[in-house]
Amino acid sequence: MNALRKRPRFGVHLALSIVCFIMCLPALYALQVATLDIVAAFQAPPQLFPPGNALGANVATLFERLRFDRLILNTTVVSLAIVIGKTVLALLAGLAFVYFRFRGKVVLFFFVLLTLLMPTEIIILPLFNLVAELGWTQTNPNLALTFPFLATATGAFLFRQHFSNIPRELADAAQIDGASPLRFLFAVLIPMSWNVIAAHALIQFIASWNQYIWARLVLPPDRFEVQLIQIGVRNAGSGPQTDFGLLMAAGIVASLPPLILFLLLQKQFMSGFAITHDK
Amino acid sequence: MADERLQKLSVRAITAFVIVFSVWFVIAERDGLLRLLTWLLAGLADAPRALEALISYYATLPSEPLLLSAGVGGLAGGIVSHLIWRRAVRTGKRVPQRALGLALGIGVGMAGAQIAATATQHCTYRPEASAAETLLGVVLTALTAIAVLLPLWTLLLGRRRFEQAESGYFRSRGLGYILLLPTLLSLLIFLYYPSAQMFNMSLMARRFPIRTERFVCLGNYISLLNDVVYQNSLLTTFLITIFVVLGSMVTALGIAVLASQKVRGAALYRTLLIFPFALSPVVSAAVFQAMFREGGSGLINYLLDLTLGVQPGWLRDAMLARLVVVFAAIWNILGFNIIFYVAGLQNVPRDLQEAAAIDGANRVQRFFRIVLPMLAPYTFFLLVTNVTYAFYGIYGAIDMLTQGGPPIGAAGALGGATEMLIYKLYQDGFRPGAPIGSAAAQAVFLFTIVAGLTVLQFRTIERNITYGG
Repeated sequence: MNALRKRPRFGVHLALSIVCFIMCLPALYALQVATLDIVAAFQAPPQLFPPGNALGANVATLFERLRFDRLILNTTVVSLAIVIGKTVLALLAGLAFVYFRFRGKVVLFFFVLLTLLMPTEIIILPLFNLVAELGWTQTNPNLALTFPFLATATGAFLFRQHFSNIPRELADAAQIDGASPLRFLFAVLIPMSWNVIAAHALIQFIASWNQYIWARLVLPPDRFEVQLIQIGVRNAGSGPQTDFGLLMAAGIVASLPPLILFLLLQKQFMSGFAITHDK
Repeated sequence: MADERLQKLSVRAITAFVIVFSVWFVIAERDGLLRLLTWLLAGLADAPRALEALISYYATLPSEPLLLSAGVGGLAGGIVSHLIWRRAVRTGKRVPQRALGLALGIGVGMAGAQIAATATQHCTYRPEASAAETLLGVVLTALTAIAVLLPLWTLLLGRRRFEQAESGYFRSRGLGYILLLPTLLSLLIFLYYPSAQMFNMSLMARRFPIRTERFVCLGNYISLLNDVVYQNSLLTTFLITIFVVLGSMVTALGIAVLASQKVRGAALYRTLLIFPFALSPVVSAAVFQAMFREGGSGLINYLLDLTLGVQPGWLRDAMLARLVVVFAAIWNILGFNIIFYVAGLQNVPRDLQEAAAIDGANRVQRFFRIVLPMLAPYTFFLLVTNVTYAFYGIYGAIDMLTQGGPPIGAAGALGGATEMLIYKLYQDGFRPGAPIGSAAAQAVFLFTIVAGLTVLQFRTIERNITYGG
């Protein structure tokens, strides 16, 4: 009757608990170290329990000396701009690829497809020159940090794939009702795509929140207040003697926004990808 | 009901916020955007001049390099077309006539070869080019010819699959272009144009702040291939990539099998397993730096001292430092892999497994014969993302943990033990006196390696892929 023998549940729980513990161990250790001041952080043997009392002081240092308030604000603006821009462009591209017939569509599709092989990391050298030529490094750091990354093949494909799975009759019906393509997008497609939009937005938000390399090149290193948060984490760990308490506190503060967003959107995230990768 | 109203309200709020934010952003950055527009218009106005220059270049080009480069491209195009044609016939696809296909391949190959040849000013086909340059030039020409041909053939053979739907299209044709325009423009300006620039830069000898440059043909590439430090960096990259990719994917699959069991609290377990993927490479490297530090206060050395009585100097030993980088990278990317494998495992039909179980297949056989092939699309996708992460994304982790060190060889004559290609590229490209041409050549190499790996993975896995479900 039941061909798949049920494994004893206890064993699964035990195995999962052990794996979870190992995965969480680095994070737990970071939490513990974040509560230590610089003297306690260098104690041998390490103080693994109880937590120290320097967490507040460490966090205060981050916000007062390293201007984490400004860095969080900067990174939020940049990440939001990237997420919004990417989502809008990807939605429009998906709409064009699925619901329009035009000459050269397949060639244009390849034009977009090919960029999957061209990650920005590789072309940063000439990209830096271009952005400098436009004067963005000096006067418009927000443009320099966002504008080159608005279009991605990944997003266009995600929505193309998702829209292809939506019944075509809906578009016919919309046309008979005299709805414009944009009205169709807002009234029909977007409401049917919230999970995919959320999944895509979450991934892009995490990626732009965590961006490091480009920000390090584009932003002037001597000006604390224009940096992004990951540079702040790096700065918290620099100096002749790494203050590990401060560094761990920086890592935790810098990770809270993407973590919270991930926890909030976890359900949409999982189902968004379950649909799109279901061949 | 209340739930639905709340959802509608939050959607409205999000939409309003998006509009307000976008308007504010554009207004705040209007001067920069205007400069982009003027730059674009100036570039457009310059286009006729570039075309003229191209025409006069070909008018003065001696016939020998032109014929040689066209010959190499035609040969490569012909061979590739022949191979593709034969395979297409075997798999029963509708194909054009053999002679027509070959002629097309040769012609397009000859024309495609000119892209690389023009960019290098046909320098590898001139008599004064060295043997190594000629050889590299032939490879480059053939690769360009193939790169132009492959999409063409995919198009020819897969056309009917692409345009499936008969109905459900909007009548307007122009609007399709307009909707695509932002994406295309952005890709053109910020990806294709810099890529071409990068190739041009790689043919020049130039030092960082100095503006003057000199055309050196493929000299930068040749000296890179002969550079011991670069060879070591290449080796290090492959070593770390293999460990990161294999380690994270195998571990993720194992954990995903566990995590997809239907037990109480599965959601909590999953959250605890995948959260590190939301952290940045910099943060995860910082945590591992703290864990693996020396002096008795690091967690790992404390535990090792308690149990085994050893305290290795993790970041001072070449192999151990690489291992720490690998650990930090795996911890960072594991959650992402688990997400996709869990999603994939849920799509494996249960009846298929039950049928196999009735036929007497044991758990292990079922896993390798049924589950693993069904996961192939996910494995392919993850392989590409993991390789990309290990090649590029890892920069932040290295910069935080080791800065490319520890040095290997006498006084670091052989480079650093964790100086991966991407880290070396930035070290060489952005410092005073940096050899920009060499850094650009490194970037072209790096791109070729990753693109080649991706295509290779795609071709090998495509054959074994199962699109079930």
